[in-house]
Amino acid sequence: MLYREAGQFKTSYVADQAIFPIRQDRYLALAALVVAYVAVPILGTQYWLLTIMIPFLVYSLAAIGLNILTGYAGQVSLGTGGFMAVGAFATYKIATAFPWMNIVVVFILAGLITAGVGMLFGWPSLRIKGFYLAVATLASQFFLIWMFNKFPWFTNYTASGVISAPPRAVFGNFFVTGAEASPVYKYIFVLTSVVILAFLAKNLVRGRVGRSWMAIRDMDIAAEIIGIQPLQTKLLAFAVSSFYCGISGAMWAFIYTGAVEPLAFDIDRSFQILFMIIIGGLGSILGSFLGAAFITLLPIFLEYTPVSLGFNIPINYISNAQSMIFGALIVFFLIVEPRGLARLWQIGKEKLRMWPFPY
Amino acid sequence: MEFRKLWCVAVALAAFGFGMAAEQALAQNEQFVPRLVYRTGPYAPNGIPFADGYADYLDMINARDGGVGHVKMTYEECETGYDNAKGVECYERLKNHAPTGASWVDPLSTGITYALLERTTADHIPLISMGYGRADASYGAVFPYTFTYPTTYWDGADTIITYIAQQEGGVDKLKGKKIALVYHDSAYGKEPITTLEALAKQDGFTFLKFAVSPPGIDQKATWLQIRQQKPNYVLMWGWGVMNSTAVKEAAAVGYPMDHFIGIWWSGGEPDVVPAGAAGKGYKAAQFTGVGADYPVIKDILKYVYGAGKGKTTKDKVGEVLYNRGVANAIYDTEALRTAQAKYGAKPLTGEQIQYGFEHLNLTTQRIAALGAEGLLQPVSISCSNHEGGGNTRITQWDGKAWHFVSGWIEPHHDMIRQMFQDSALAYAKEKNITPRDCSKVAQLH
Amino acid sequence: MQFVDFLQAVFVTPFVSMWDNPEFLLEVLIGGLLSGVMYSLVALGFVLIYKASGVFNFAQGTMVLFAALTFVGLLERGLPVWAAFGLTAIAMIVLAFLIERLVLRPLVNQEQIILFMATIGLSYVLDGFGEMVWGGDVHALDIGIPKDPLIIGGVLVNEFDLVAAGVCGVLVAALAVFFQKTAVGRALRAVADDHQAALSVGIPLKNIWVIVWAVAGIVGLVSGILWGSNLGVQFSISLVALKALPVLILGGFTSVPGAIVGGLIVGGGEKVAEVFWGPATGGAIEDWFAYALALVFLMFRPQGLFGERIIERV
Repeated sequence: MLYREAGQFKTSYVADQAIFPIRQDRYLALAALVVAYVAVPILGTQYWLLTIMIPFLVYSLAAIGLNILTGYAGQVSLGTGGFMAVGAFATYKIATAFPWMNIVVVFILAGLITAGVGMLFGWPSLRIKGFYLAVATLASQFFLIWMFNKFPWFTNYTASGVISAPPRAVFGNFFVTGAEASPVYKYIFVLTSVVILAFLAKNLVRGRVGRSWMAIRDMDIAAEIIGIQPLQTKLLAFAVSSFYCGISGAMWAFIYTGAVEPLAFDIDRSFQILFMIIIGGLGSILGSFLGAAFITLLPIFLEYTPVSLGFNIPINYISNAQSMIFGALIVFFLIVEPRGLARLWQIGKEKLRMWPFPY
Repeated sequence: MEFRKLWCVAVALAAFGFGMAAEQALAQNEQFVPRLVYRTGPYAPNGIPFADGYADYLDMINARDGGVGHVKMTYEECETGYDNAKGVECYERLKNHAPTGASWVDPLSTGITYALLERTTADHIPLISMGYGRADASYGAVFPYTFTYPTTYWDGADTIITYIAQQEGGVDKLKGKKIALVYHDSAYGKEPITTLEALAKQDGFTFLKFAVSPPGIDQKATWLQIRQQKPNYVLMWGWGVMNSTAVKEAAAVGYPMDHFIGIWWSGGEPDVVPAGAAGKGYKAAQFTGVGADYPVIKDILKYVYGAGKGKTTKDKVGEVLYNRGVANAIYDTEALRTAQAKYGAKPLTGEQIQYGFEHLNLTTQRIAALGAEGLLQPVSISCSNHEGGGNTRITQWDGKAWHFVSGWIEPHHDMIRQMFQDSALAYAKEKNITPRDCSKVAQLH
Repeated sequence: MQFVDFLQAVFVTPFVSMWDNPEFLLEVLIGGLLSGVMYSLVALGFVLIYKASGVFNFAQGTMVLFAALTFVGLLERGLPVWAAFGLTAIAMIVLAFLIERLVLRPLVNQEQIILFMATIGLSYVLDGFGEMVWGGDVHALDIGIPKDPLIIGGVLVNEFDLVAAGVCGVLVAALAVFFQKTAVGRALRAVADDHQAALSVGIPLKNIWVIVWAVAGIVGLVSGILWGSNLGVQFSISLVALKALPVLILGGFTSVPGAIVGGLIVGGGEKVAEVFWGPATGGAIEDWFAYALALVFLMFRPQGLFGERIIERV
């Protein structure tokens, strides 16, 4: 009843190829944007903006990056943390070397540098597949973290090797990094970047490039036979994915935590992002967001609920219980819906088309 | 989903939302301290006793004295697992948890200290990094809300070299010797390198560096190299499993244990117990006392454990890290007392307590009155000197317990404080911060 | 100039110092080979499970930790060594049973990556459970393995490493006998070859999986005891799994001799690299060097040294 597409006729190719062809979907997306831009900054406390919304957005960017590589192009990668670190340190070096440059330009340049690094570490994928590739990407992860730890040039020769974001404004007085940055500006900036980049990613995966990635993922030898060049396609997947991961890492360092050492991007971070896309749904942009939301909110939910319900459990028990529940939920999700939350969303929409009729 | 399942999910979400929205209504006369601890994860063996010691001291003060200035101390522990992002989340969640907000924050992690530094300065909440964190935050003109008492890594490195010189018979005997540093390849481990390099140049010894990649479970290559190069002394800046592995490997290659000196975070029971008898003779620099033979520790056993409320078992009271937690709590509550002397004995805000920290003058007499003589060193904090002390003592493990083998060793204050100032001013320049003019800040003493 | 120094440190100095100190080179190499044996022990568990059920068990490291924690926990409660070993082995068998029932059976026929993710979830559950039951402290583990250094011909070798190598050898021999000579072993090899074919000749897959996970659990117990004696039983033991991964890539996921040879190559290679090439870049290159080494091997043999050749059909 609510979700009928009857009566919605497309009269042009452009309309037919819209991201949200059904009017209700478009309204929903618009409503989500309105809530995100208007309701959240007004109603959200500083805690919500700084420690829930901003990390959620930063994580979703990294999840989109990894989803492009693993979900769409089928190259399992455990080196996400390393690429985020490249983004963070590249941003730091550029921002401190060229203090006059606008932070947006700095982020984009850092993303491009990360794309280059990603292509370099993506070369083995031409020869190695599957799990072997996953473990090989760990080489890039460990190497990159070691490199940032080892060469003081990356941290401008500080004694401790921690980089700390200099204050930068997008324009005028709207500081988004540094101590004077207000949480609302930070949030709006990150939100806008994520919306734009997600839009670009969605179009990329719907087009020729995305289809060639999916062909490589499904049957790479057959894809090669019909003329899709594996070298270019895989390297492009690595490049685009690393671009997103790099920008995510840059925002992590500059906007979310403000100060970061290389260990913040170690293998646990890579696994975390991998969880997000598995739970959210491989091969789905929406899935990246859903997975990021799930992983960001779950620990806080698990920590808060017993307290708010009045149980006073010692925190190490809560922490261990969290770990167990987290693991159990992952297994549960994989059993119940291996294609992730995005698939559950799709099923929901399909059922909604029929609602309230059963068939 | 079935209706019932949906209903359960809705109830859970409602509880979550309610819990997030509701602030616990604290009674009026209470001072709240957020406790960022790690009781799980790879660093739990070190984090647990520290958190226990801190909590037990606060409980004892409440039970014995009714609080600080009759203001009850309340605290809430938040598990960070030594992760920076979780530390930030814990801080943001707890910083407004009371009418007067958080009193101060001790993260017990260099990484979390760095992550919180700007936030705490902006929120006007004192950040205490006792013997860890940013050493140059000791120059308080640039870091008004960060305190590094009673000593820093740079002081520690300097005092260990002084101890070695004492052992060798004088600073001039250091010339031509080889001193090695085995360090955790992270921000924490790299802290002493600049100081040690400066001292090597000054005193004429060769300084060798051996990085160990975290977490440091495999150090065979490092120690075979040490066996090859035969340094006269080895210093260690390790953390977690790296410490116990290093002690074991040192014994396995036959390095003389009494020439192996760790910093205070490499000198706890969890670090030597796994090595067993092989660790005998290993030394560590400490800035707090060891053992349970202090009146204040005995008070904790009486008032807290006597009432069955202790956080750990009685045999763990008096361990190195436990005592350090107690010491941290003593310093913090004394700063609160100093602030109360100016603002009155009522719940105070972070800004008011910062005054207390910045004017903390803990004398030997006051320490003796507290029953902590030998457990802490006196500190005297001022606007430009947030470190206030700097002394360390060397202890040695005899297979069963740690014992002092030296008196308090003073660092070269002038050299170290100049290094603090230079580094802090460079930071200020990078961040466009104008350092405070310390002569204008009122001095209490 | 710095770059020339760097080139010299990479291409000249290591060989010069190797030539000058052949005993030191031998010492480092032997030390490396022996520590590689410790990695192989952990890698063995991976290989067993992958061979028989096609699952890349990321939780192997946590199983090692859990076994070690249970063992040392029972020892601390006063049980003699053999009883603690027996009880822990039973615990690992029960664990294998539970895993098969709750995780593997519902996920039958799913893709490898899904099973891999499920084992990651499993490792979180085991981590939390182990820490909840036994606490987060360090436990010293000493069952009498000698730890003194021996000097043989100017070369330092540690007794502990020799014992570990011996144990590994015994374990591999026992596994070889198990796989070749017993009926269960033959069934395991059949399942590893082809699930469908094994089913069609009447081999009960479910029981095989329980057996193989139990055997992997007991192998994990042995590695846990050895690593625990080395490091003390604490959370960080589960991180040895990360050190075992390059061993797996090198040796091939499906080969027991591959795990041993891979371990030797990785252990020896990374130690020699760390000692002789490390100073060129400030040290601590061990971690990524092991992976880089494995990567180089993979470029020439994408299935590892002894792994099964991957045949893809279009």
